[in-house]
Amino acid sequence: MTINTLLVKEGCPQEQMACFRKMEKVIVAMQDPDMGMKMRNQRLLITVIPHAMTGHDIITWLIQKYCISEEEALHLGNLLVKYGYIYPLKEPRSLVLRRDESPYRFQTPYFWTSTQWPATELDYAIYLAKKNIRKQGELMEYEKERYSLLHKRINHTWDFVVMQAREQLRASKQRRKADRIVLECQEQAYWLINRPAPGMPNILDAGLERPNNLRVTLNSDFYKREIEACQRALGRNRVKSSNCLEGFLKHSEQYQNHDPIMQGCLPSNPWISDDAAHWTMNADVVPVPTRLRVERWSFSFMELLSDTMGRKEFMTYLEKEFSAENLCFWQACEEIRHGENSRISEKVNEIYKNFLAPGAARWVNIDSKTMYKTLEGIKRPHRFVMDDAQMHIYFLMKKDSYPRYLKSDLYKNMLAKAIVPQETKKSVFPFMRRQRHSSPSPAQAATQATEEDGRVKEAGQAGANA
Amino acid sequence: MTTIAMGEMEQLRKEADNLKDQITAARKAMQDTTLQEAAASINVVGRVQLKTRKTLRGHLAKIYAMHWSTDSKLCVSASQDGKLIVWDSITTNKVNAIPLKSSWVMTCAYAPSGNLVACGGLDNMCSIYNLKGKDGNVKVMRELAAHTGYLSCCRFLSDSEIITSSGDCTCVLWDIETGTQKTIFAGHQGDCMSLAVSPDFKFFISGACDFTAKLWDIREGTCRQTFGGHESDINAIGFFPNGNAVITGSDDASCKLYDLRADQELITYQDSSIMCGVTSLAPSLSGRLLLAGYDDFNVNIWDTLKAERVGVLAGHDNRVSCIGVSSDGMACCTGSWDSFLKIWN
Repeated sequence: MTINTLLVKEGCPQEQMACFRKMEKVIVAMQDPDMGMKMRNQRLLITVIPHAMTGHDIITWLIQKYCISEEEALHLGNLLVKYGYIYPLKEPRSLVLRRDESPYRFQTPYFWTSTQWPATELDYAIYLAKKNIRKQGELMEYEKERYSLLHKRINHTWDFVVMQAREQLRASKQRRKADRIVLECQEQAYWLINRPAPGMPNILDAGLERPNNLRVTLNSDFYKREIEACQRALGRNRVKSSNCLEGFLKHSEQYQNHDPIMQGCLPSNPWISDDAAHWTMNADVVPVPTRLRVERWSFSFMELLSDTMGRKEFMTYLEKEFSAENLCFWQACEEIRHGENSRISEKVNEIYKNFLAPGAARWVNIDSKTMYKTLEGIKRPHRFVMDDAQMHIYFLMKKDSYPRYLKSDLYKNMLAKAIVPQETKKSVFPFMRRQRHSSPSPAQAATQATEEDGRVKEAGQAGANA
Repeated sequence: MTTIAMGEMEQLRKEADNLKDQITAARKAMQDTTLQEAAASINVVGRVQLKTRKTLRGHLAKIYAMHWSTDSKLCVSASQDGKLIVWDSITTNKVNAIPLKSSWVMTCAYAPSGNLVACGGLDNMCSIYNLKGKDGNVKVMRELAAHTGYLSCCRFLSDSEIITSSGDCTCVLWDIETGTQKTIFAGHQGDCMSLAVSPDFKFFISGACDFTAKLWDIREGTCRQTFGGHESDINAIGFFPNGNAVITGSDDASCKLYDLRADQELITYQDSSIMCGVTSLAPSLSGRLLLAGYDDFNVNIWDTLKAERVGVLAGHDNRVSCIGVSSDGMACCTGSWDSFLKIWN
């Protein structure tokens, strides 16, 4: 048990508030007199307590209200129980929704997590004290530990704690038995959430505490910049939503067969078959590429250039057309854009010598305006100095050479030759698959070493016996 | 502040608000169809059922982040146990287990080359590790320190440059070689929580606690577009595979798709039965499916063009904190506060 469980809580984390509000809407709807759930009575020997419902009722209502499957209703219902909006009556410590006749009740809004009532050490101490006084041995082991720890920590107020506990117990004795039982259940449910038992998940855990930042100061300068940005934004061109949506439809359709999560993959899914054939066939450089891969080169110029083999093929084509210097130039520019800062000047010089200088061996045809701008720029070389020239050549290739390449014999032959992998038949004898053992975690390496040896021996035995 | 200064600020604020209203109107004018009409010709994707193929065990505390390598087999994960682990996801072997100086790590990233990994968190720094060092040991190569807030996300552009987002409301482009800031992208009014780089490496998007997402021009250092509409912090952000749209996930339990050319929100992914916030998201390779991790321990799979839920991945015992689809689209990896990573397809 860590000391954290005894620290003062400052209420629930902000990030979860939106979630709580939504859950509360569901809870309120569940209790709606007309459309809400059918309530039942809970029978405890001679006491009858109203306003209970069964797990089955909850799930049925959720299914109807949200038109979801039973599985999802169970998931949603479990959330409501986990966050303390509904608590179980039979096994109060098990915050789980069961889809049977197990009884549940709504938590009172006073105890809702979103009220951000600070559940302090003092409050927890009083609660534990009440439990302790009420019935001997009612405290669980972990509660006893916490109780004694609290006793040490806030010893100076212990008289107050005991006095409060006694007062509250006395006041509750004056209530009707049914009310008293309900209040006790509510309080217990509250503390199960706010001081979870060791090993139980802490739903109020919001992860790493992000330090509260100084927000950006709102002053005249800030608004002036906002106005500038807005004026720029107002002037921009916008495309109709119908065109945009159509673009997405087309893209998804075009790539559907290439999407393994949707369509699977040939020859087999390496994750299932443990066979890496798919990756071997699609490696960067292969003697014969797959058909899907070659098809993809026709989707867009970027697709062709992004594929090592595609680029090589395109280069071969351009060499036949005596315009290979364009692709070489483009590649050299890419190396500047993505390469080391320290080598930029050197690379820019190379490019100038090979592609831009008058009489250069592989002179590229750029319009005079862009050429002038680029030559001026390379006097002070930087990462993006070749951008304009690179763009110009890119579009030149895209509009001219690329479409002709796709119609060329070179491409058509490649497509015809391309492999369509055969689907690997699933192994009929599953225990013939190689056993894979994951390497032990570095932190647990010492203790696990002996364990692993034992298991490997066992597996070896099993394989031998198969 | 003097009364005159207050008056001036008030006037400027009104002017800014007025312009924002005009922008809203201009955007509305370009909405000539609904998603239902536009996608009427296609059917909803059939129920998607992915199975856990591998479970990566080894972390001893909450996992906060994961990122695939471009080879689609290796991935890196960061956990509150103070370790960065590089996994071979097929064999489930740990290729590297890197001990961190600070255990309060919130993000990690794999360089496209596969040579470097980065991480950062409450130490306000982005630490770069070289996986391919000469003697085989993985060492810190650079510590990028300048942010005045926690590091929420980082993504490599290459082995030379990395972009980080921070709780100090800014994003920064760093030169890794010299360890210096090249460009500071300021404009968000809340903690920047997440970032994603465009497929052509010319832009990146950031989502923040000011409920907006911003598109930044890497070269110019300026904010090109701002998208609003969420009612709470944006925790996750990603590009639609063709680079024409931004998808965000928020604490308000919804995901939204913003089109860059239409300059506005076109699709919302939400359901009244989903109450918990979105922590992470990743589109499938074709963009037709959106996998989103939620605080309620599940991953919901959405048909992006129909805005309907078509599947659920339920297998974690605590919040799903991170998700990623490998670059060849083969597998989806989820990381959780339950200390496990799972590979699904």
